[in-house]
Amino acid sequence: MSLRLPDGGRLIDRSQTVSFTFNGKQLNGHPGDTLASALMGAGRTILGRSFKYHRPRGLVASGAEEPNALVNLGQGKTHEPNQRATTTELFDGLTATSQNHWPSLEWDIGEVNALIPRFLPAGFYYKTFIHPRAFWKHVFEPFIRQSAGLGKAPDPKQTDPDRYEQFYAHTEVVIAGGGIAGLQAALEAGRAGARVILCEQTGHWGGRAPVDGVEVDGKPAEAWINDAVQELEAMENVHLRLRTMVAGVYDHGYVIAYERVSDHAPASDIPRHRLWRIRTARVIAATGALERPLSFPGNDKPGVMLASAMRDYVVNWGVAPGARTVVVTNNDDAYRTALALLDAGLAVPCIVDARPRAEGALPQQARARGIRVLTATGIAGVKGLRGVVAVQLCAQDGPGTVTEDVVCDAVAMSGGWSPVVHLWSHCGGKLTWDQDGAFFRPDPDRPPTDQHGEGFVACVGAADGALIATSTMENASIKTRKMLSEIGKMVSGSVPAVTAATEAPMRPVWMMPATAGPKKRAKMWLDFQNDVKVSDVQLAAREGFESVEHTKRYTTLGMATDQGKLSNINGLAILAQALDEDIPRVGTTTFRPPYTPISMGAIAGEARGTIFQPLRRTPIQGWHEANGAHFEPVGHWRRPYCFRRKGESHRAAVNREITATRTSLGLLDASTLGKIVVKGPDAGRFLDMLYTGMMSSLKPGRCRYGLMCNENGFLMDDGVVARLDDDSFLVHTTTGGADRIHAHMEDWLQTEWWDWQVYTANITEAFAQIAVVGPKARAVLDKLGSDLDLSNAALPFMSWAEGKIGGFDARVFRISFSGELSFEVAVPASQGRAFWDALLAAGAEFDATPYGTEALHVMRAEKGFIMIGDETDGTVIPQDLGLDWAISKKKPDYLGKRAQERPHMTSPDRWKLVGLETLDGSVLPDGSYAVAPGTNANGQRNTQGRVTSTYFSPTMGRGIAMGLVLHGPDRMGEVLEFNTTKASPKGETPKTVMARIVSPVFHDPEGEKQNV
Amino acid sequence: MSDATVSALKGAEARGLVTLRDAGLTGMVTLRADLATAARAVKRVTGADMPGLRRITQGQGCRVAWMSPDEILILCEHATARKLAFDLTEALTGQHHLALDVSDARAMMALTGEPGPLRDVLAKITPADIAALPLGEMRRTRLQQVAGAIWFETETEARVICFRSVATYVFDLLAMSAREGGAIGYH
Repeated sequence: MSLRLPDGGRLIDRSQTVSFTFNGKQLNGHPGDTLASALMGAGRTILGRSFKYHRPRGLVASGAEEPNALVNLGQGKTHEPNQRATTTELFDGLTATSQNHWPSLEWDIGEVNALIPRFLPAGFYYKTFIHPRAFWKHVFEPFIRQSAGLGKAPDPKQTDPDRYEQFYAHTEVVIAGGGIAGLQAALEAGRAGARVILCEQTGHWGGRAPVDGVEVDGKPAEAWINDAVQELEAMENVHLRLRTMVAGVYDHGYVIAYERVSDHAPASDIPRHRLWRIRTARVIAATGALERPLSFPGNDKPGVMLASAMRDYVVNWGVAPGARTVVVTNNDDAYRTALALLDAGLAVPCIVDARPRAEGALPQQARARGIRVLTATGIAGVKGLRGVVAVQLCAQDGPGTVTEDVVCDAVAMSGGWSPVVHLWSHCGGKLTWDQDGAFFRPDPDRPPTDQHGEGFVACVGAADGALIATSTMENASIKTRKMLSEIGKMVSGSVPAVTAATEAPMRPVWMMPATAGPKKRAKMWLDFQNDVKVSDVQLAAREGFESVEHTKRYTTLGMATDQGKLSNINGLAILAQALDEDIPRVGTTTFRPPYTPISMGAIAGEARGTIFQPLRRTPIQGWHEANGAHFEPVGHWRRPYCFRRKGESHRAAVNREITATRTSLGLLDASTLGKIVVKGPDAGRFLDMLYTGMMSSLKPGRCRYGLMCNENGFLMDDGVVARLDDDSFLVHTTTGGADRIHAHMEDWLQTEWWDWQVYTANITEAFAQIAVVGPKARAVLDKLGSDLDLSNAALPFMSWAEGKIGGFDARVFRISFSGELSFEVAVPASQGRAFWDALLAAGAEFDATPYGTEALHVMRAEKGFIMIGDETDGTVIPQDLGLDWAISKKKPDYLGKRAQERPHMTSPDRWKLVGLETLDGSVLPDGSYAVAPGTNANGQRNTQGRVTSTYFSPTMGRGIAMGLVLHGPDRMGEVLEFNTTKASPKGETPKTVMARIVSPVFHDPEGEKQNV
Repeated sequence: MSDATVSALKGAEARGLVTLRDAGLTGMVTLRADLATAARAVKRVTGADMPGLRRITQGQGCRVAWMSPDEILILCEHATARKLAFDLTEALTGQHHLALDVSDARAMMALTGEPGPLRDVLAKITPADIAALPLGEMRRTRLQQVAGAIWFETETEARVICFRSVATYVFDLLAMSAREGGAIGYH
C-alpha cells in the first residue's frame, strides 16, 4: 500500500493541508502536491481501469508521459475527461473521478475480459466482429461502447464557464524545457543578447537534476538553478514562463506553446489556458528524456512503476508506492532509486539487474549500503491481483523458470531512457539510432529546415542523447552556441562544472526473461493505456504487418492519449526482433504535434459567446433589435427576416409587410448591399469585361442592371451599376457578394490587366442605404423636404441624383427590386439611424412599414426577378434564366463569354426559367423536382425540372414559384407533377403536387407601378 | 446633420488592464494613386510629406498614413473629410487616382494604459510583431477574425481602426483581452 513518508518532499508544504475528493471520497494532500502524489500519499493505488481488459491500473510515471492515471476532473460545467493526475497540481476543492470502470473502480465486470484475452487480440476489431452483420449493431457495438473508451464526454448541455485566450509573440529563440540544459541554453542565449522565451511545462524550474543528486560548480543543483533563474529574470531580453508546454513546432519558425494559466488555482477571474502563437528564428528543445518500462510478465500491476518516477515521488513529494520495493533494471541509473528509497527509510529487498555484471559506482554504493544485487536476473512474474505482493525471479537469459519469490509491495523498473525528440521531429528532423544507449536521437546532419533551408531546431542535453548530467550541461552550451552563431550572436565563457556519479553501460533488454514462452509474453505490457502486449506485436508481425506504421494501427500501439511516450521504443524493438531486423531498419513512427493533448478551449481562444465570430452590424441594427426583428444570417450580417408584432406569426408578419408596401409604404434597410467604386480611364472597359452587358455606354446620372459571370460562364453576382461621372462608377453587389466581388476585381486588375488604369474601393460600410418603397414613397420624401426634384420627369426610373433630403446628405437611386415605385436612398453611415427615424416619423401617416428579407424575396419573386443563390447555384448561366437581354451582343468579349459558347452551354436541352402555379393554390416545396416518365441508370425516377424559389404570395393570394424546366418557356400552360416528402393520407407513396408552367412575372407584368 | 451623426460605438468605454474607448467619428480619406507622382498634390492639400513604408506624416490638421504601395489614408476632422477628398480630386486632375471620403466606413478606438499591458493586450488579437511597432508607424493587420490597423500615438496610447460594421466585434474583442486577470507581463 502506498503511503506518505513521515518527512521529506522538496516541493510540498507540510504545514498546510489541501482537501480534495476522488470518486466522491474526501482525501487530503499538501500544497505543492500533484493529484498523483496526493493520491499516492492517501494510500490510493488503483487509479483507473485499462482500455480493453479493464485491468486495475496505478501510477507508472510522474509526469507528462503517464499512461494510466487519467481522471475525469471537475464536475458539471467544468468536467473534463482524460486529465493526467501526474500533471494536475492539487488545489483545495479539486474533484476527480476514475475512468473506464464499470460498475466500480474496485470491482469491475469488464475484468472478465482479461480472463479470456483471446477475445481481444491484436486486430480484434477487424477479425472478430465481421459476421454475422446484425451482431455488430445489436451485440458487439453496445458492449464495446460500454466497456471501451476512457473518460466521460462532457455534458453537451453544459457550457464551459472558463475563459481562454491566445497571445502572439515574436522572438529569436524559443527554449522548451527548464531543466539544467534549458536553463543553461537560456543563459547562453540571454548573455549573447538574443531575445528568448523559455518555457517549462511544470510549475518548477530545474527538471530532475535536484532529484538525481547532481552537483553544479560544487553546490547542489538546486542552488545553481536558483541562481540561473535569478540571472535570467534580470535579463530584459529573456522571458520565463512556467506551466507552459511547447506543444508543436511548425514551418516558418512557428511554435505553439500551451500555458495552463490557472489550472492550479481555479475560481479566480483569470484565463484558464493561454495559447502562445510564437514566431521564432530558432527552437531549442531541452526536453530531456523519458525512462522506458521493462517488459516482464505482470509489469502493468498497480505498484509497478518507473524507477525515476518512484524517485520523484519520494524526493519531491515525500510519498512512496510501497514500503518494500524491488528494483529491476538494465542500467546503473535505477540504482539511484534504490539509494533514494533507503535514504527515505524504506526497504529495498533486492535489485534485479539483467546485466551479467554491475560494477559501476552506483551499484557499488548500493552494495555498500547492504542492498542485495542480483545480476543476470530477471522477473518472471508479479504476484498479487490488485497490487504487488511478491515478484518471482528467474535467470534473464532463459524461459523464466522461477528461482525465488521476493516479498515486496512495489517494483521500480528501468529499461533505459529515450530522448524526447518530438519537437525535432515535428517539422521533419530525422533520427539516428544510438547503439550504446539503445535509443533514437536527433541526426545532426538531417535537421528540420526553415524557410531559408537552414536547420532551425536543436535538441540539447538529454534530448540530444547526453543523458549523464556531466555531459548534459556541456552539450547544452556547445549546441546553443552553435545555434546562436548561426543567427549572428556570439557568446563565450566557461561552462559550469557538473559532478554526478559515473554510469556503466546499459544492456538493451526488450523482453524479460529473454526466451519467455507465449503465456508469459501475453502478460508483458508495452502500451499500458491501450492494452498492447508483446504477444500482440509479435502476432502482428506473424500476420505480415512489417511496417511500423501498419503495426501501430493494427495493434493500436502508441495510439492512446500518451501517443506511445513509454511504449514506442519497446514496441519497435519487439517488432524488429520478430522480423529479425535491426531496430533502425524497422524505423519509427512519426511524432506529430501536440506533444501532449491541449484543450479545445485554448485552440478556440477568445472566440466564443458574442465574439465567437464577427457579426456585422448596419447603422440601423439597434432599431431592428429593439423592434421585434427575427434575424437571418446573410454573410456575416444578421438581417431582419421580418418584424414580428406581439402575437404575430412570422408568416403573418411577412404578409403584413408585403401588403403595406404594395398598398402604401415600406422601408427596407438595404445597407448591407455591396458598394464598390470603380474609377479610372479604363473603368468602362473594365466593367464591360466584368459584366455581360454594356456598362461603358451608361450616361452619368443613370443606372443599369448587370450580370457578372465567372470564367466558366456561370452567373456569380448581379446588381445595379450607377455612373457617377465620366471615369467613375458605383457598382452595387449582392450582400454576400461585396467582399468576394471586390477581391475578384482586384484579382483581375492585379494579375491579368495590371496595365489598365483602374482603381477600386469597397465603400459598402460608408453608407446606410434605405429602400423607400410603395405608392407613397415619393410622398414621404417630399414631406421630409429635399433640394432635389424627385418627380418622374426629373428623376425617372433607373436614374440617380445627389442632394439633401430632410437635411441629410443623400444619394437617391430610382431602382426597384419589388416592382413598386422605389427610391433607394444612401446617406453617410453616421447619419443612417437618424435618417431611418426621420423616415419612420414622416411616414407614420402612410403606415410606413419596415420590412425584412422574406418580404423582399416574395416581392421580387412576384415580379419574376431572379435572386443570386436561389435561381443560381454555380451551374446556371444567364441564358438559362431568360436574361439574354442583359447580355451584350456587340461586345467582343466579357468574362464567361467563351464558356457560354461551348456546346453544353448552348444546348437547347438546358433547363430554363419559368413561373409555376400549383393547381390547388398551395406552395410548392422548395427544391422539389418535376418528375418525368421512366427511370435513369441508377433506378431513380427521371426528372425534368426543379423549383428554385417558392413562396406564398399575399398579393396573388396563392402559392407562386419559379423553377428551371426542360424546354420550359416553350411549354407554357403545361402541367407538371412535382414530388413532395409529404405522405399521402393512406400512407404509401408520398403525394405529388401538380403545377402549371406560367410566365415568371406574376405581378404587374407591364411594370407600370414602378414607373410612376 | 452634425447633431444627428453617431459613431458605430456611440462613445462606448471599457476598463481593465488598459482603458478602451470609442475615439468617435474621425475623418478618413483614402487615396489610391502612384504615390511618387501624387506627392506634390498631397503636400499642397494636406501639408504633409508623402509617408514612407508604413509611416505616418503630419500635415496641417491632418495626418497621412502609408497603407500600400499605391494607397494612403488621410486622417482628419470628420467634418473636413469630404472637402479634403474633393480638394485632392481637384489637385490630382489629370493624374489617374481615386480619392474618397471613407470616414463612415470605419470605426476608431483608443487604448490607454501602461506601455507593457498596452502592448500585451494588443498582442492577444494581432499576429503583428507588436513589440517592434514604433511610434509613427501604422500596421495594417488582422484583429483575430477581421482586418484592422494599429498605431501608437504615444507609448501609453494606441489607436485601432476597423471597418464600421465590425466595430462592436473589435470593441468586445479588445475589452475581453483587456479584462482584469489576463495580465501577461511579456512586453
